[in-house]
Amino acid sequence: MALIVNEEQQMLKESAQGFFAEFAPMSELRRLREDGSDYCDVLWKRMVEMGWAAILVPEKYGGLGFGHVGMGQIMEQSGRALASSPLFSSAILGVSAINLLGSEEQKETMLPAIAVGELTLALAIDESRHHEPQAVALSALKTPDGFRLNGKKLGVVDGHSAEKLIVAARTGGDAGDKEGISLFLVDAKASGLDFLRTSTVDSRSVAAIHFDDTNVPADSLLGSENEGFVALSSVLDIGNAHLAAELLGIANESFDRTLQYLKQRKQFGSMIGSFQALQHRAAHWWSEIELCKSIVLKSLTAIDEGDFRSPRLASIAKAKLCEVAELSTNEAIQMHGGVGMTDEYDIGFYIKRARPAQMLFGDYSYHGDRFALMTGY
Amino acid sequence: MTDLQNFRIETREWLSDNCPPSMRVPMQSEKDTCWGGRNPNFSCEEQKLWMQRMGAKGWTAPMWSTAYGGGGLSREEAKILREEMVKIKARRPLNSFGVDMLGPALIKFGSEELKKQHLPPIVRGEIRWCQGYSEPNAGSDLAGLQTKATDMGDHFVVNGQKVWTSYADKADWMFCLVRTDSDGKKQMGISLILFDMKTPGVTPKPIKLISGSSPFCETFLDDVKVDKCQVVGEINHGWTIAKYLLTHEREMIGGFGTRDAGFRSLGQYASEAVGLKQGRLANQLLRNDVIRWEVDAAVFALTAERVSDESKAGQGVGATSAMLKYYGTELNKRRFETMMKLKGGESIEWEGETSKEGWLARSWLRTKGNSIEGGTSEVQLNIIAKNILGLG
Repeated sequence: MALIVNEEQQMLKESAQGFFAEFAPMSELRRLREDGSDYCDVLWKRMVEMGWAAILVPEKYGGLGFGHVGMGQIMEQSGRALASSPLFSSAILGVSAINLLGSEEQKETMLPAIAVGELTLALAIDESRHHEPQAVALSALKTPDGFRLNGKKLGVVDGHSAEKLIVAARTGGDAGDKEGISLFLVDAKASGLDFLRTSTVDSRSVAAIHFDDTNVPADSLLGSENEGFVALSSVLDIGNAHLAAELLGIANESFDRTLQYLKQRKQFGSMIGSFQALQHRAAHWWSEIELCKSIVLKSLTAIDEGDFRSPRLASIAKAKLCEVAELSTNEAIQMHGGVGMTDEYDIGFYIKRARPAQMLFGDYSYHGDRFALMTGY
Repeated sequence: MTDLQNFRIETREWLSDNCPPSMRVPMQSEKDTCWGGRNPNFSCEEQKLWMQRMGAKGWTAPMWSTAYGGGGLSREEAKILREEMVKIKARRPLNSFGVDMLGPALIKFGSEELKKQHLPPIVRGEIRWCQGYSEPNAGSDLAGLQTKATDMGDHFVVNGQKVWTSYADKADWMFCLVRTDSDGKKQMGISLILFDMKTPGVTPKPIKLISGSSPFCETFLDDVKVDKCQVVGEINHGWTIAKYLLTHEREMIGGFGTRDAGFRSLGQYASEAVGLKQGRLANQLLRNDVIRWEVDAAVFALTAERVSDESKAGQGVGATSAMLKYYGTELNKRRFETMMKLKGGESIEWEGETSKEGWLARSWLRTKGNSIEGGTSEVQLNIIAKNILGLG
């Protein structure tokens, strides 16, 4: 299939652009930072009204079934606007996990609820400071009527606000084994759960969640016992392709704002963009972003098409976007000079969001290594 | 069955019948490249056969009109032909500056007579072309060229010196930029002319490079007589054509290194060179270089695909050839720099059988020219900054 965005996807992109410009301006991000809240319920309701929570939900379950390229357009625009919402946790990760693993009954009860914004989910995987999904150690022991969970999860995005958690737990094998990992749906109000919220550099927050004899019923198992790793990897591939889309938005917006600044700021009697030292850096930076557009589109397309190369492409996408988001946000500050360091200027917000998004579910070193191992070295 | 499906089946059958077996294995070195021309240097009889068969079908220039000997294929059909060729690992039947550079410019700007005269022999691989652009004092500042063409009524008399003319000593004809007017802005007053290399006064002299090879020449032009009917487009308006041609050259050079069929991945090359330790390359620091290169190469290849798909769909920013040239050549330099490190002591050998007569060292040195020829990396960045980003 041709590597281009079709008309429907282009329309989604444009409507998202307009939407975020109107409802999620930078002043809103500053207000949320003041209030100490992760996202604004009103904005999320509006996003749901736009149908965005339903994009990945199959039509059969009340969704739109638009696919990942379509959703990626919204993630990219969301990245440009630095808009915070449960879109990623619920409408992308949650929906994908249930789609891939859920029983018919689980799909019927949860997918329509997510699509209309009545249910939000959060994915709880990592237990250390570095992404390593197969290191899951949180234990799930069989009880007469279900499972008992003990352990901890770190860095859970939307962990304290979601109604349900999707938790990777160990039902067999040892930490480090791919075998023996199972996924559970855990109600956020379940007993024995303790949430510790930590605010992060991007004015959002993550939760550390402790499980102390948390009992869950047998039907909370998502997918087959001990065999959750493969599906979990697919969910993470999807997540990383969309994080790459968000990072593309961040890189693009940092670039556009800086380019504008280069054309407006004057020193030595000329606009600073007339200096070749900056022109060449800007041109190199633009080239890198052009490359990023291709891999983001390709990795999302591959997921939609069920291409067997999806895992590899997701890792290439995440790795490359980590690199270019880093370049972009660093160059943005440097080329803005002193004002780039001030809190008053918005450009500083991009570097602060980029790093957490880069780190989530694996940075360059994780995905570069994974890609190399997949290709035999 | 659709027409395209039919075309695919027919193409597959034709290729299977007509592509000789030895033309279905990756090229071993640059010597296996087929350039055609009046004095062709075929590596074997099958190479000649393959060029002639494809040329007769017009498939050396698949999308050119059949009126000029081309294949007359649509974009979709040409893509199918490419895909079917890749499938059987068919080598390119003809490498040609005529097909890649002059042809597109002639089709766009040339007179009917010029097209009829020059395009069919290009398609058949009978005439090999070279490009007379750079001069000793006009490199990056190409529009400052001084080779003078004096108007003698029905013809020009050309005097001057060209440099970096690729394979001028082997080519049959030259497309050449000359100054036909010295007043006014330097970009005005340039014309693109065509002449036979056998014309009296044309003297090519090979230049030996740091790599030991001599792919380029200096070409001296002393009182060379060129008929006025051999001017492409209008007299004094050659700069526009020159730039158009450069776009094609950039695309051609930018594609080197990543798209050549049959080249093993760097990861695989590295595994063989330094070995694996628990599934990972034994040299950790070099592994980082290899990974970063492979990530960038994969993303670059997708970008070439996207740019081409977008231009077919009428989307995209255009002028991306500068970016492809810049990135592709820098990538190729990185590849060879990494290969040198991976091969260790073997990489510095200049002679001897194990190193295939210093193949790696020579190739590595040759790549240093990639980011100079066809407009330096710095010139490409200037083009991006000015034409795309609007930085004056």
